[in-house]
Formats: sequence, C-alpha cells, structure tokens
Amino acid sequence: MNKQFNQFRFWAIGLATSWLALFVLVPSLMVLVTSFLTRDADFLIQYKFSLEGWKSVFDPTFISLLWDSLSMSMITAVICLAIAYPFVMCLMGLPQRWRGIVLFLLIVPFWTNSLVRIYAIQFLLGKKGLINEALQFVGLIDKPLDMLYSQFAVIFGLSYILLPFMILPIYSSMERLDFKLLDAAKDLGASASQRLMRITLPLTLPGIIAGCLMVVLPAMGMFFVADLLGGSKHALLGNVIKNQFIQTRDWPFGAALSILMILLLSFMLWLYYRATKMSNREGGINDSNF
Amino acid sequence: MTGCQPLLQLSGVSKTYADNTVLDALDLTIYDGEFLTLLGPSGCGKTTVLRIIAGFEKEDQGQVMLDEKDISILKAEHRPVNTVFQSYALFPHMTVYDNIAFGLIMHKVPKADINERVLEALRMVRLESFAQRKPHQLSGGQQQRVAIARAVVNRPRLLLLDESLSALDYKLRQEMQIELKRLQRQLNITFVYVTHDQEEALSMSDRIVVLNKGKVQQIGTPREIYETPVNLFVARFIGEINQFDGHVVRRIDDKHVEVVAEGADWVVKTDYPFAANDKVHVLLRPEDVRLTKPELAANTVHIEGHIHECNYKGKTLDSYIRLSTGTKVIASEFFDEDDPDFDYRLGQKVALQWITGWEVVLPYEQTI
Repeated sequence: MNKQFNQFRFWAIGLATSWLALFVLVPSLMVLVTSFLTRDADFLIQYKFSLEGWKSVFDPTFISLLWDSLSMSMITAVICLAIAYPFVMCLMGLPQRWRGIVLFLLIVPFWTNSLVRIYAIQFLLGKKGLINEALQFVGLIDKPLDMLYSQFAVIFGLSYILLPFMILPIYSSMERLDFKLLDAAKDLGASASQRLMRITLPLTLPGIIAGCLMVVLPAMGMFFVADLLGGSKHALLGNVIKNQFIQTRDWPFGAALSILMILLLSFMLWLYYRATKMSNREGGINDSNF
Repeated sequence: MTGCQPLLQLSGVSKTYADNTVLDALDLTIYDGEFLTLLGPSGCGKTTVLRIIAGFEKEDQGQVMLDEKDISILKAEHRPVNTVFQSYALFPHMTVYDNIAFGLIMHKVPKADINERVLEALRMVRLESFAQRKPHQLSGGQQQRVAIARAVVNRPRLLLLDESLSALDYKLRQEMQIELKRLQRQLNITFVYVTHDQEEALSMSDRIVVLNKGKVQQIGTPREIYETPVNLFVARFIGEINQFDGHVVRRIDDKHVEVVAEGADWVVKTDYPFAANDKVHVLLRPEDVRLTKPELAANTVHIEGHIHECNYKGKTLDSYIRLSTGTKVIASEFFDEDDPDFDYRLGQKVALQWITGWEVVLPYEQTI
C-alpha cells in the first residue's frame, strides 16, 4: 500500500511539475530571451542579441507611465482598505452564522466575468448612466457629470473588482484576533479608539498588508479596466505591455516590461513574506505558549 | 484583615441570557481589604458576577455600588477595577514592560512615574529580568505573573481574578496560591477570586461565597462553610461528606435531639428547632468517622458494615464501607504509626461511630 501511495505521489507531483514547467517556466524563459532580441517589422523578432528593448524601459516617458500605473494601483488599495476595514469590523459584530452568509453574498457577483461587470460600470458612470440620471432627477446637478474615461473611472472600476481581495485577508486576520484582548484593554482603561489603534490595528496588520498586495499586484495588470473605463489616456502597466505585443509590435520591449513587472511583483511578495515572518516571530496570536 | 468598611455592594442583581436566568436577584457585600472567593460549579453565574463588576456585562436589574457610588452607568474603562483573565489575555505584540505600562499610559500617568511603577510591579512578581521579553517567550506561570502585575500596577480598588490559576499544573498552582495571598497582604487590595476548585477556595479566602444556579447558597469563612454547611448543596460541593437520612425521636435539651438513622439511635447536636418526627439529614465528614472492631463497640451506639474497598492515599487510608442498610460510607483515617496492624481486609466487619457534635444535622430536603 505504501508503494502504491509512493507511486501515486510520484505521478501526481510529477504531472503538476511538468505542467508548470511546460506552460509557465518555458514561456517565461522565452519571454526573458525575447527581451534580449532585436525587433523586426516583418517577423516580429530577429534572433540577434540586442539591448534595445531594455533601453526603452528606462525612457522617461515610460517611467512616468509606470509611476501613474503604480499610483493608481496604490490609490485603489487605499480606497479598498478604507471600505474593507470598517466593513470587517461591522461583520465581526454579527453572529457567526450571519458572517458566512454576508461573505457569501459578497463573493456571488464575482462569479460573473469581470469584463461583463466592467461594461456594467460603463453604463453606470456614462453621461446617460444611472448615477447621472439619478443626480439630475433629484436636482443636485444640471448637466451630466463627466465621469467615464477618467482616472476616477479606472480607480472606481479597479476598487470594485478588487474589494473582496482586501476584505478576505483582513477578515481572516480579524477572526484570529482574541477578543479577550479587547476586554483586557478596556479593563485597563483604553477607550474605543485607543483599543483600535493599539490592539486591533497592530494585530491585524498582516491581514492589511496581505490585502494591499492582493489589490496592488493585480491592479497593475488589469488592462481591460483601463481600456474600457480610462479611454486612451489612463493606462496601466498591463495596457502598455499589451500594446507592445499587439499594436506597436515591439516584442523585445514588451518582453522586457513583462520581466520588469514580474520582478516588481516578486519584490513586493518578498516584502510581504518578510513582514509576516517578522510579525509571527514577534508574537503571533497562535503561539502564546513557548 | 477584613475591614468592616463595605467596598462594593451588589443588590438585587439579575441577569438573563435568552431565557436562561444566570443571576437571580443576587445580594452581595464585599468588604475593603478582604480576599473573597466566589465558588460554584460551572454555570452557577460566578463569572457573570465578575463581568458585571468589571463592566463587561450590564445587569438586567439591580444596583452595583462602589464606595457608596452607583457604578452601573460607568463604562468598564472608567471603573477603578482591574481583572486578571483566565487566559491571561496578554498583548502578544508588546513586551512584558509595555503590557504592564499599558494601563498607566491609558490613565495618562506622567512618564517618569510610569517607569518607576512598572519596575516596582515587575519586582513584586519577581520578573525584573524579563521586562523586554514577549509574552510567548514566557512559561505559563510567568505569563500569569505578568497578568497580575499588569492589573495591580494600576492600584485598583478591587482586583478581579477569573479562574486565574486553572491553567497551571498542580505544583505551580500551589505556589501561585501562596504568592497571591502574599501579594494581597502586601498590596492591601480587595481580591475577588472566582473558582470551581473548593480546595483553592478554602486555602486562600477570608470569606467564601458559594453560588449555585445564580443564587447565593452560603457566605462565610472557609471554616464555617466546611464545618457548618447550611444545605445539602454546600455540604456536598465542599469536600466529601457522608449522608444518613433519618427522623427525630425526641428533643433532649435545647442543643440536642435524639435521631434514628441507619437503624440506630443517635444523640446529635443541632441549633435547628426540630420536633419529634421531623425528617432530617445527618451529615458526617469522612475524617470524622471512627471505625472500630464490632466487639469493642458492643456497649455503645454504633452502625455495623463491611469494608468494601480500601484506598491507600499516602497520608490517609480511605475505606469504603457498605452498611447493612445498603448505604455507602467513606471513612478517611490517619495512619497510626504505633499500630502495625492498622489495615482492613476486604469484607471485614467494622463498627462505625463518631463523636457527638462533629456531625451536621440539616432539615430534610427534597432531593431530585
């Protein structure tokens, strides 16, 4: 039986490993190689070494684009955090049974394709969209607001799509918080805001960091959100990469950008790993005993 | 030690969850400087009393007075009361020092005083060299001491301890019991200790409050509770006790009545105004039972029975006797070093007696 299990393990792990090697590692290496090749108008690339692709990466116009993309992602994370944290605090006030139902309701819309939902936001924010119509109806505005095809619209769309990715990690860290600690803080004279700042926030910090990463990282790449809601002006890193491959046909530059993005995201994941490891060592919530 | 000044008064305090009455019109006075223990089985409401005093729960009815001021309306963070939690509830992200300083910072004590008072508290619980450790780097007993230091550093009028020793192993618990008594004497703070462990209650308290089903059963010194329980619940909950059911035959004088129980006539001492034919319980602690050979007791009142089981307990020999009426009795006897034959065979016939006045006589209770 043990032998059978060993064989099963060999095939299960082997299959997964080869799948990943074939469809993740090899293509990534191909992208890496492509970034060092020469651009060609007819055949896309020439098999000749070149640093042109990487040179474009350090072009000032591109750097400012990268900065725009990063700042939009970070604003999205801040907005998601501002909504998610109070939301989770309210959620914890509900009985256990209700929490599951609320979280379920939160997830349900996300089973619909996100592209479809972005189209829905287009209708919502448009000149004749629901929001403008409603505001005009109650008489708050005379002319429809210009909301679509702006940075606001992109951030609105990203925040909507990515909100659950902020809520879930915060919820899981809040759930592990020992509520006796809040009683203890209250007992020692801490007001509600002092309990939040000194106990709840520090102890749910790993969840906050995880949530921010899970919002910032995908936000950089969601080119369809910027395409549909931002028009041509407000591009994300993902849009720039997509354009290099499909429109400008500068594959080495596109490949170099992809590699840059992978490095950037890996660096953030590493930071997160370090942060959680540190907070675990400094007294996580579960290892109260030696 | 027990001052006569009442510190905290609960009057008519009731608490109901859903339709489960946890506290039923509870009256309780806690005196300044005493070590009071709330003792009872789990679910008797003792922790709820603590949580109401601390301000974590609001009483449905009744009044909580501290120093003759109503504190019912005061939030937990504003009450001059501190709690040592069962699970310690130390802040895992703070050092021992910061844990202890927390209450002082919250109360805006000047910085220079904070340092001095934290160090003093650390000295008191003998953890000076652990100030910069995190709670997870401490043993259970050390965490316990930090929890106590964190509470007493605020110099509360009242310190509440919620089954604070129950997570420790037997030996450590004994040491901490002595430590707690020492701290209480040294600090002269009123302690209210909650436990379901009767041994702990007896050894630490100035007074014990026995609670059951949200009602006070008896309040008294450990000695009063153990030696003169007022009802069957208290008698059975505190220590082991043998129970003989019988009825009064006649009154002898104002302190003594004659009772028939287990087929024998006994003269028992009682303060109750029993009359002839009243049904009573005669209760006897195992250590008050005298066992002798039947031939030695022939001329005195005794009950006969057979040794059913013997348990060697080190200090004592516990014998389980089945009387001819079927009642089971436990006798706990100290070893007599001068008597090498001190031992019983299983099945051996013995005579059971006790000294008049060592028994407790209670009016008959409908037992369910």
